[in-house]
Amino acid sequence: MPKPAEFYQRNRLIQPPALTPNYKTSVARSPRQALLSLQNSMSEITGPVFGHGDIDPIDNDLIRNFAKTGDPIGERIIVHGRVLDENGRGVPNTLVEIWQANAGGRYRHKKDTYLAPIDPNFGGCGRTLTDEQGYYFFRTVKPGAYPWRNWVNNWRPAHIHVSVFGTGFVQRLITQMYFEGDPLIRHCPIVNSIPDPQAIDQLIAPLDMNAAIPLDCVAYKFDIVLRGRRSTLFENRLEGN
Amino acid sequence: MPQPLNYLRETASQTAGPYVHIGLAPGAAGFEIFRRELGRDIAGPEAPGERIRVEGLVIDGTGAPVKDVLIEAWQADAAGIYPHPEDPRHSEAAKGFRGWGRIITDFDTGLWSFETIKPGRVMGRNGRLQAPHISLWLVARGINIGLNTRLYFDDEGEANAIDPVLNLIEQVDRRSTLVARRSNRDGAPVYRFDIRLQGEGETVFFDI
Repeated sequence: MPKPAEFYQRNRLIQPPALTPNYKTSVARSPRQALLSLQNSMSEITGPVFGHGDIDPIDNDLIRNFAKTGDPIGERIIVHGRVLDENGRGVPNTLVEIWQANAGGRYRHKKDTYLAPIDPNFGGCGRTLTDEQGYYFFRTVKPGAYPWRNWVNNWRPAHIHVSVFGTGFVQRLITQMYFEGDPLIRHCPIVNSIPDPQAIDQLIAPLDMNAAIPLDCVAYKFDIVLRGRRSTLFENRLEGN
Repeated sequence: MPQPLNYLRETASQTAGPYVHIGLAPGAAGFEIFRRELGRDIAGPEAPGERIRVEGLVIDGTGAPVKDVLIEAWQADAAGIYPHPEDPRHSEAAKGFRGWGRIITDFDTGLWSFETIKPGRVMGRNGRLQAPHISLWLVARGINIGLNTRLYFDDEGEANAIDPVLNLIEQVDRRSTLVARRSNRDGAPVYRFDIRLQGEGETVFFDI
């Protein structure tokens, strides 16, 4: 086996900083001291490994995985794409988890008290493993926008939360996927915690008519890019022998 | 114009928000949906090593406990082996040892805890051994990008003193923010590890 290779450093210029005062909760939950940069060791380049024994085939179908008396109410959609690294290579067999509100913007969570009703047939979470090419897909309903207590009249754009692992703990990422054309995106303090307009665009999934299923559901395509890693053309000194 | 560098750019992070449990720990959100939730058992029942309990609070800049945080842990087994194909000794990793866990807080108190085995020492860079440690990653509402830190053990004073990562922390006083304190409860070892996000005693966080 080749020597373990290090990951490219994270480009913090395109990532949201910890302190973004327009997103109020960040004010008391952001470190004041600078992060200490660590070169990768075995502790960082490794990470948890998942297999098909960990999940069930229905776990990626949010239309069916909590259905009790019928299908959930809402716009039926497919969300699909690839998990890639910065070198453009697919990341195979990695765990992708999503969670979201229902079509009315209500979460199935005991802490959510928004007046829009719970959908008895919708749980709002799913998970899957990417295939050999890094491809994944989910079936779900399009989530609704919802209000939140930040400024008096803040509304989150429709979004799906996405969690991805990659192969090393350094690649661990949680983000949110938005939908093409949603006018709430540009108003959102959480979206605007990201300083780079191109990085914001990268979170917006385009409508993908080619992947839609006629007379059944439309589709959105969302590719996720995790940190890439160096090729070992030159010896690195991770283990120092 | 020079040739373009055709690297993709890492997807930007966004906060996990207040309802992270729905996706990553739905049982805690109040409903059962998956055959089993992932990350509940870090070590498995068969792994050798000292069984320990770790507990603490995550505290915000006002001194209040953060009650909606989710923490993930990543650690080696008692022999210092990561169950990952890139660890040269991974085939010898303890049976059933996953090394990874998900920890959520009590919604009322903010207290979190997990049970595992105490990790062994793992190799660092340039052939320098690292002190036993558990890598932690925190996400929550108000945290725009997951925070990485490490938990070390206060009964590993000798190893901690020469740990290459602890020694990177220029301000010597801040190193203790990464050291969990051992006590005994009903004869079993418990390590206390409070994480301060901001202000006095702020925990050291890493860009890994």
